[in-house]
Amino acid sequence: MHLTAYATALKGILKREFLRFIHQRTRFLSALVRPLLWLVVFAAGFRAALGVSIIPPYQTYITYETYILPGLCCMILLFNGMQSSLSMVYDREMGSMKVLLMSPLPRAWLLFCKLIAIALLSLAQVYAFIGLGWLVDVEPPLIGLLTVLPALLLTALMLGAIGLFLSSRIRQLENFAGVMNFVIFPMFFLSSALYPLWKMRESSEWLYWVCSVNPFTHAVELVRFALYAEFNLQACLVTAGTALVFTVLALWGFNSEQAARSKGR
Amino acid sequence: MAIEVRHLSFRYGPRQALNDVSFSLREGQLNALLGPNGAGKSTLYALLTQLYNVQQGEILLHGQQLGRQSRLLKQQLGVVFQQSTLDPDLSVLQNLEYHGALHGLSARQVRQQADELLTGMGLANRLKDSIRSLNGGHRRRVEIARALLHTPSILLLDEATVGLDTAARQAINRHVRQLCRDRNLTVLWATHLIEEIDPDDPVLVLHQGRLLADDTAAAICRQQDARGLADAFEQLTGLKDSPACI
Repeated sequence: MHLTAYATALKGILKREFLRFIHQRTRFLSALVRPLLWLVVFAAGFRAALGVSIIPPYQTYITYETYILPGLCCMILLFNGMQSSLSMVYDREMGSMKVLLMSPLPRAWLLFCKLIAIALLSLAQVYAFIGLGWLVDVEPPLIGLLTVLPALLLTALMLGAIGLFLSSRIRQLENFAGVMNFVIFPMFFLSSALYPLWKMRESSEWLYWVCSVNPFTHAVELVRFALYAEFNLQACLVTAGTALVFTVLALWGFNSEQAARSKGR
Repeated sequence: MAIEVRHLSFRYGPRQALNDVSFSLREGQLNALLGPNGAGKSTLYALLTQLYNVQQGEILLHGQQLGRQSRLLKQQLGVVFQQSTLDPDLSVLQNLEYHGALHGLSARQVRQQADELLTGMGLANRLKDSIRSLNGGHRRRVEIARALLHTPSILLLDEATVGLDTAARQAINRHVRQLCRDRNLTVLWATHLIEEIDPDDPVLVLHQGRLLADDTAAAICRQQDARGLADAFEQLTGLKDSPACI
């Protein structure tokens, strides 16, 4: 196949995902409502309860809303990544996955295209959310809007890859509720999205360690630093490494799924 | 030969879905694959389309074995699955563009092909319509158009007319026969419906994973000394069903 065929497939998958997204406007709204509730309601209640000291990358005391903004951006990416995996399971149950698998292009490339599409759609929602944050006086530096882009993209790829891997392992749509309980909630709450890790350590040493090894914590920190035009090498390496591992696992998952079917399991 | 299947066997765990199936299909012909539910038709399609890997035996498309040039050989296949695989949220053109993109066709190439194919199917004015607004027969035609978009040489139809009324079934049947003539297309049409088969059509009768007959419909009737294909099918399989529909 010519290289142009690869580019055409990428364009086609991006367009299809974008059109589907446009048709599902409620998905866009719900993706914004959830973090907005956290930013406006939850933060108002917790502002008084949680004191935030001066921690990097912040140069001064900050409001709680400012602290949770990067975490909520990552929350959008997390839910989007998982929602995309839900749509893959749905596609497989409805049979439309076969259209994708009948392509003569390598499966790895098709999955990569899907991953890019998931990531780009997530980014649009994150920027819309940051724009809404401005309305409630959460204003990251303007340069941060640019420097955070690669961090958001990497995080979206990582979470999209986790979602794709899960979708290769989940046989039925009904099983997806388990993903909410066993993946989304633990990943989000056992991270630095809502509270700094030193706060967690004050409460529980072992919870602190669990949070420290959670790749989502590193993704949040990567985004937090990038939003203030700073670079967190450790967070970047962990996020990129996790993205790579889950991309390979997702590919293996889809190939082994075919192999399993081929063995009649 | 467009398709050659040699000693193909496939198991789902302990259950034998296909058992030593061999046949070959000549180019430019409509071939019917007849069999009741559970005969192994869908398994055969999954193997031909490489959704499953071959366990035993071999499949050749235009003389090339699947498994070696598998991805490139997919270009030769157009498939209409039993279950609709159109995206109902998108328009006819958008569905075609998506499929075309997956086969490396630009939007312009898709548009050219789509105009020609949909005109032939009487759907030229429905290009911008949502899939949801089409009836079952029109959706099936769009699926056939989509399957032909990348100009494959082989068209696999897996019970493509199930659930359609008689008029829609006949229209699709006529159109597919026309395609065989015009494009030298090889068609393998899995069906329950004997009325869709002409006396001169090559027919494969599959039952419980075994190929029971491989000849024209008329020849099978003669061999079984049967009044029609439905009778011949009953004699071959031991199944008693209505003559029009197995």
